[in-house]
Amino acid sequence: MSDTHAQSVAYVRESFIDQQPAPITETGAIKWLRTNLFSSIPYTILTFVAIYVIYVLLSGFLPWLLGGVWNASSIRECREMMGGSGAGCFAVLTERWNQLLFGFSYPSEEYWRPSLAFVLLFVAVAPVLFAALPRKMLVITLLYPFIAYWLIWGGTILVSAFALLGVVGGYFAYTMAERRAGFALSLLVAVLAAVAIWWLSGFAVAEEPGFLELPPVESRNMGGFMLNMMLGVVCVSLSLPFGIVLALGRQSRLPIIKFICVAFIEFVRGVPLITLLFVANVVLAYFLPPGTTFDLILRVIIMITMFASAYIAEVIRGGLAALPRGQYEGAESLGLDYWQSMRLIILPQALKISIPGIVNVAVGLFKDTTLVSIISMFDVVGMIRGPILASTDWNGVYWELYGFAALLFFVTCYGISQYSQWLERQLATDHR
Amino acid sequence: MASISDSDANQSSSFKLSMLVNDTRYRGLTFQFIALMLIIFLMAWLGMNLVRNLAAAGLDISYGFLDQSAGYDINQALIPYTSQSSHLQAAIVGVLNTLLVALLGCVTATIIGVTAGVLRLSKNWLISRLMSAYVEAFRNVPVLIWILMIGTIVTVSGGNPREFLGEDPNSNLFLGAFAFTNRGLYAPAVELGPGAIFVAIAVVVGIVGFFLWRRHVKKTLFQSGKLLPAWPSWLILIGLPVIAYFAFAGAVSLSMPDTMANRFNIQGGTLVGKPLIALWLALSVYTGAFIAENVRAGILAVSKGQTEAAAALGLRPRRVMNLVVLPQALRVIIPPLISQYLNLTKNSSLAIAVGYADITATLGGITLNQTGRAIECILMLMLFYLIISLSISAIMNVYNSRVALKER
Repeated sequence: MSDTHAQSVAYVRESFIDQQPAPITETGAIKWLRTNLFSSIPYTILTFVAIYVIYVLLSGFLPWLLGGVWNASSIRECREMMGGSGAGCFAVLTERWNQLLFGFSYPSEEYWRPSLAFVLLFVAVAPVLFAALPRKMLVITLLYPFIAYWLIWGGTILVSAFALLGVVGGYFAYTMAERRAGFALSLLVAVLAAVAIWWLSGFAVAEEPGFLELPPVESRNMGGFMLNMMLGVVCVSLSLPFGIVLALGRQSRLPIIKFICVAFIEFVRGVPLITLLFVANVVLAYFLPPGTTFDLILRVIIMITMFASAYIAEVIRGGLAALPRGQYEGAESLGLDYWQSMRLIILPQALKISIPGIVNVAVGLFKDTTLVSIISMFDVVGMIRGPILASTDWNGVYWELYGFAALLFFVTCYGISQYSQWLERQLATDHR
Repeated sequence: MASISDSDANQSSSFKLSMLVNDTRYRGLTFQFIALMLIIFLMAWLGMNLVRNLAAAGLDISYGFLDQSAGYDINQALIPYTSQSSHLQAAIVGVLNTLLVALLGCVTATIIGVTAGVLRLSKNWLISRLMSAYVEAFRNVPVLIWILMIGTIVTVSGGNPREFLGEDPNSNLFLGAFAFTNRGLYAPAVELGPGAIFVAIAVVVGIVGFFLWRRHVKKTLFQSGKLLPAWPSWLILIGLPVIAYFAFAGAVSLSMPDTMANRFNIQGGTLVGKPLIALWLALSVYTGAFIAENVRAGILAVSKGQTEAAAALGLRPRRVMNLVVLPQALRVIIPPLISQYLNLTKNSSLAIAVGYADITATLGGITLNQTGRAIECILMLMLFYLIISLSISAIMNVYNSRVALKER
């Protein structure tokens, strides 16, 4: 370009001018401010409005947070110490810390057990969450449910051990049977083997009830944030396999199975969780054989799992539907049968597509575990609404308590959603 | 199972039992048969347990309790209700209350959500961060905690009604019509007189006319290329009811909160109870955060090339928005938006936490506890929510199939 006018202009500069720094308004902080905050008059107005809003929020919140009292035995003492400054009375958190985390009737000398189970949870889920960790750690994941049960509920370790044995036996029966029969028959064999082992082990446990025994804790003594964690972890992990089965059933070509799955999913998704919890609380007992006493936590776990699996099924159905037709046809052309093609080709891709949705359901489910407080279980919200706010010591300390509960959930849920976004980036195999 | 015997007869006499599992022709039928048997067995088992348990408890399934007098008061009722009314009436009050808070919540949640979603995409750094903070804060904390917190705010705020009373009140009514006190919000009430039906008809005709004119505009644009103005549609929408309002003077009037009537309380108007306000606010801001994300995703889903192409055609920014971006964004936004409405409706069942008398609180709460008719109450409760959910999703499917891209 520059050559074209070389003959026609009288003067052409022969040397370059030294590179100049950009004008001060176009660099650094000033440019950033100009483009991001004051780019036009409406934006400038919006910026000032936003600054005002932030000022109002922080000027109310910071003195409350920073001037708070952390050591007092009742709200009256708190008020005396603050002398009407309007700061927070966080003493309730220090005093009721254990109750908020463990409920009010978990034996206090046994707090180390759920705490240990909580720490182990991270070790157990780490290999599932991060593929870079050694695969052998998955053994811990498999052992974890049994260890956690033993730690939290106590009793003899034999119950957990034989439960594990049944699962292992079922797995071996499955691998043995799979060489001869198809997936479904082997599964049946595996279930039968596991049930046989569990049945036989009942006698062994009856023989040795005190073997490696931790003091047993009743389910009704569980509470606080521990209860939320337990319900959340158990129900999410149980609802994943059920959700997958339901989703496959809904996509199935077999009309009866399809109808059953559709009816279940639509029914469960159509009613609020709270009505299902009512069912767990007052109605379920009518449908069980007379004389069965059924742990409330177990009933609630069943209902929440049903609820979550219906939602997860819909998410996975979306993933299945999003796969190109060619993937199904490719699997068929390789001569794979239904279960092989699902396991090896369809589900891995469908699950990858559904990760954001599954995480959404998991986060929503974890938040919904607070609903058990409405059927008078003492999870963290139940503890706050019930025993703590009703006590004469702490009557009226709303913000500190609700704020604490909100913070607990915020940290957990925000962490999970950040992880899922990271995982999505990791699994992105399409090149964009 | 007829097909098995048919094909069995046609094909060969060498039908072996193992073919039921190994032959793909029969395998599906076998599994379905097993599944059906299992389900029937499970149902029969549950039903038998139910019968035996009910017999043992000396109960039966009967809805007679719905006629009995309820014996409890409801602080907020859209239809006349006293504690002498029947349980059925209490349930209807609950249904109406649920629908009321769901409707109000959906409207405000949409407004909040669309605003926050658009602002989150704003180029203004501060505003977009502020909106992100709002969305994350509300999405990651259980709705029950928000309901309880906002319930507490609403409960502790608001002064004594006396502050608004007398010739020289300490506080004036907001806009001369609203007073927020510790009893709730006093607001003008609509009173219907004779002829109100005509005004209602005018409103309906106005709405229908609005859409008819819009359709007419579109049709003429597509057929003759002439763009008719859009403002007559607004004229129809607003003008007709206004004309009807003045034509039938007194048919529809507002009853204002009266601060002069007596010394103790505000009279006239309508009192919106604090539980309703708390639940409404909480559900709106909570669902608003989710709607904001849907709106953001919908707008981001329209590729930039669409905007650029529209601009290259010479469309002005407003028309680009109305004719190119919005129709495509709405196709993405509406389905999740309707699911959010559904979620809001279902979340309104947490009304029990702030003491709002929705269907869960009346039928599933007090009525259930008083009569002990757990199965009947919960069955009706579930049916109610199921009907709402299924009708909303039916509407959604119709809408979806109408706006879906017509491919191949």
